[in-house]
Amino acid sequence: MTRTLLSAGVLSVYAAGRVSEGDLAAARAQMGFSLAWHIIVACLGVGLPALTLLAEWYGIRTGNPAHQLLARRWARAMGVLFAVGAVSGTILSFEMGLLWPGLMGRFGQVIGLPFALEGIAFFVEAIFLGIYLYAWDRLPPRRHLLTGIPIVVAGTASAFFVVCANAWMNQPRGFTVRDGKVVHVNPWAAMLNPAAPPQTVHMILAAFMVASFLAAAVYAVAMLRGRRDTYHRAGFFIPFTLGAIVTPFQIYVGDWAARFLSRYQPTKLAAIEGVYRTRSHVPLTIGGVADGNGLKYGLEIPNGLSLLVGYDPGTVVKGLDRVPAAQRPPVTAVHWAFDLMVAIGFFLLAMGLWLLWAWWSRRRAGGELPTPRLFLAPAAAAGPAAVVALECGWSVTELGRQPWIVWGVMSVRDAANPAPGLMTGLWLVLVVYTAMTVATVYVLRRLARGTPVPRAPQEEDVARYPVV
Amino acid sequence: MLADAALAVMWVGLTCYALFGGADFGAGVWDLLAGGAERGRARRGLIEHSIGPVWEANHVWLIFVVVMLWSAFSPVFAAVMSTLYIPLTLAALGIIARGAAFAFRKASTELWQQRLFGACFALSSLLTPFFLGTVAGGVASGRVPPGLAEGDVLTSWLNPTSMLGGVLAVVTCAHLAAVYLCADADREGRPELASVLARDAVISGLAAGVVALAGIAVLHADAPALFHGLTHRALPLVVVSAVAGVTGLGLLARRRFVAARAAAALAVAAILWAWGAAQYPALLVGSTTLTGAAANASVLWAVLVSLGAGAVVLVPSLWLLYATFQRGVPERPSSR
Repeated sequence: MTRTLLSAGVLSVYAAGRVSEGDLAAARAQMGFSLAWHIIVACLGVGLPALTLLAEWYGIRTGNPAHQLLARRWARAMGVLFAVGAVSGTILSFEMGLLWPGLMGRFGQVIGLPFALEGIAFFVEAIFLGIYLYAWDRLPPRRHLLTGIPIVVAGTASAFFVVCANAWMNQPRGFTVRDGKVVHVNPWAAMLNPAAPPQTVHMILAAFMVASFLAAAVYAVAMLRGRRDTYHRAGFFIPFTLGAIVTPFQIYVGDWAARFLSRYQPTKLAAIEGVYRTRSHVPLTIGGVADGNGLKYGLEIPNGLSLLVGYDPGTVVKGLDRVPAAQRPPVTAVHWAFDLMVAIGFFLLAMGLWLLWAWWSRRRAGGELPTPRLFLAPAAAAGPAAVVALECGWSVTELGRQPWIVWGVMSVRDAANPAPGLMTGLWLVLVVYTAMTVATVYVLRRLARGTPVPRAPQEEDVARYPVV
Repeated sequence: MLADAALAVMWVGLTCYALFGGADFGAGVWDLLAGGAERGRARRGLIEHSIGPVWEANHVWLIFVVVMLWSAFSPVFAAVMSTLYIPLTLAALGIIARGAAFAFRKASTELWQQRLFGACFALSSLLTPFFLGTVAGGVASGRVPPGLAEGDVLTSWLNPTSMLGGVLAVVTCAHLAAVYLCADADREGRPELASVLARDAVISGLAAGVVALAGIAVLHADAPALFHGLTHRALPLVVVSAVAGVTGLGLLARRRFVAARAAAALAVAAILWAWGAAQYPALLVGSTTLTGAAANASVLWAVLVSLGAGAVVLVPSLWLLYATFQRGVPERPSSR
């Protein structure tokens, strides 16, 4: 740790932060915006193929045309989302250089490996997606189903590799700085840094949750509007069940990730919980506003945080007082984002338990699963809520690292592009992304607005149903 | 040696992007020139059908090149991206507009939407290769100094060599696409469409030839170092490119479409490698050499080994992709 902090001084001298305040803000806003956008689509890109395969497998096994039609429609949505995900992801790789050349010029080689591996995984994903989407009529059903499996595996692998690179920014490893130069690089140690396990698992589970709850929400809305046929029920229950299964694991992993912070990134945890003073018997504060000394107006649970961190009220929690004020993350934003994420996590858990209870009681009574409006309304809200939780979680990770781009090693300012005019780039990007958002939502809505399956369809007819 | 290997691998990626991605861009250019909604329907249908399953895989080559550049030659990546950020931002926005619009057009049914998304797709297919070409011109003419944004953010890409690069990229993409598409049209038993496309391929091929010839004068005046390299060390590759280009036109005239594809690809690949050979071992002309910019050996090893392992998965997958779609649809009822 001493070494990296010493080297930080060296690096600051090197880059000298030539970027103007306005351009730095523009660069941060552009990166934040395009990442926040991409992360939603990327999660759908990881989770939706799994749901589609589930539906297709169900359809092949049972011969139920509703499942087959679902698989076809989801595959269409997958195609659209993958396209916008691929291009918005490409933009991110450009932005790494356009906005943060200071980071990439120095550390590009250190984190190149996970990106190269991600490139391979993404390539595999793109190839099999091409086959899966377009070879529906060229391959026998079972073989077609098999061509979808590499999409899920490669999608999950891409998420793993990319988040490994982000984890490195939180736990920089695998290099030495000598005389302002990066030497002795160990790219494997950099990639498999201590932050990688909790961060990657948390992110991948989040991807499945977001995709599941969002897909289910679409059909929950349709069911609330009275369309309760097999097609819509399947469209709701397949993803909602998957989401409900993943949620408890996610809460467990979230706890692991927070515990990881207490050991490896105590400043981030201190910002999350608004702990200013290093001490024991720290309460857990829910909500509240940071005033520079602590959280005001929050709901305090005595000894809560000390108990969560070390299972003992005497556990000492490191506070923000350990670092100079200029090196502290924005406490209120990080704290609220974290609290909101946790709250939504427990809401989703409750929805899952509700489903479990319904399933259990119906199993004894027989018949279909009940879908009262009282259940469907919050179930429909679960989709957008999962997205909000995702964005909050990501904000905690990124804002909680401020003002560092590479924690303890390089500041965001020193990484930024000193070229003038970044603000113009921000406006252009905002305009293009707005247009893309409108078009994506419009096209997806059209895809979802489907004709329901007739009561007794001929199997052959399903292929002729309008997919758009 | 290790750095040379990394550079070669990156250049292979760049070649693949120029060929496959270039054909995609060119298809968009032809989409733009296909005429009104009614008249251009057949051609647009063929374009959509031909590049639909492959464009995303083709597009990945760009990401591959970008990642290779920052992993293996980080300082060069930082210098190029920070100085040339204007054309690169515009190319990036073009990539967004193009990919998204293509997917949206496929998913829409109404004519006005197809027109809107189609225009967006086609226009960005023209602009994106142009801006990427200006970036290549800026680097090749030695206008990118090392360091962060040390070069002029405007003249680094608004200069004769960059304009040449941009125009050459656009006509080359158009030519590649026309050659690629006429083989597809021919295979699908649409000889009249194939003939029209063959005519377009010849026209665009000639245009590329004219631009390249004009380029001799431009490079002589504007980028003497590159000109010297191209007329000395890289001369054999330049000759190969010219011969392949002319041969390709002859093959088109004789309706040997598949062979013409190979010739066109060779012509484009040879000119890319000629550029590489002309400025080797300089990565940034006049300042940064290969060895000066290369990453630690440990990094180069790790990346090359990973890519080698990845190729074991990728090559058969790519083969499966192209094999699945380069043969006709089997006679099978589409029920399931």
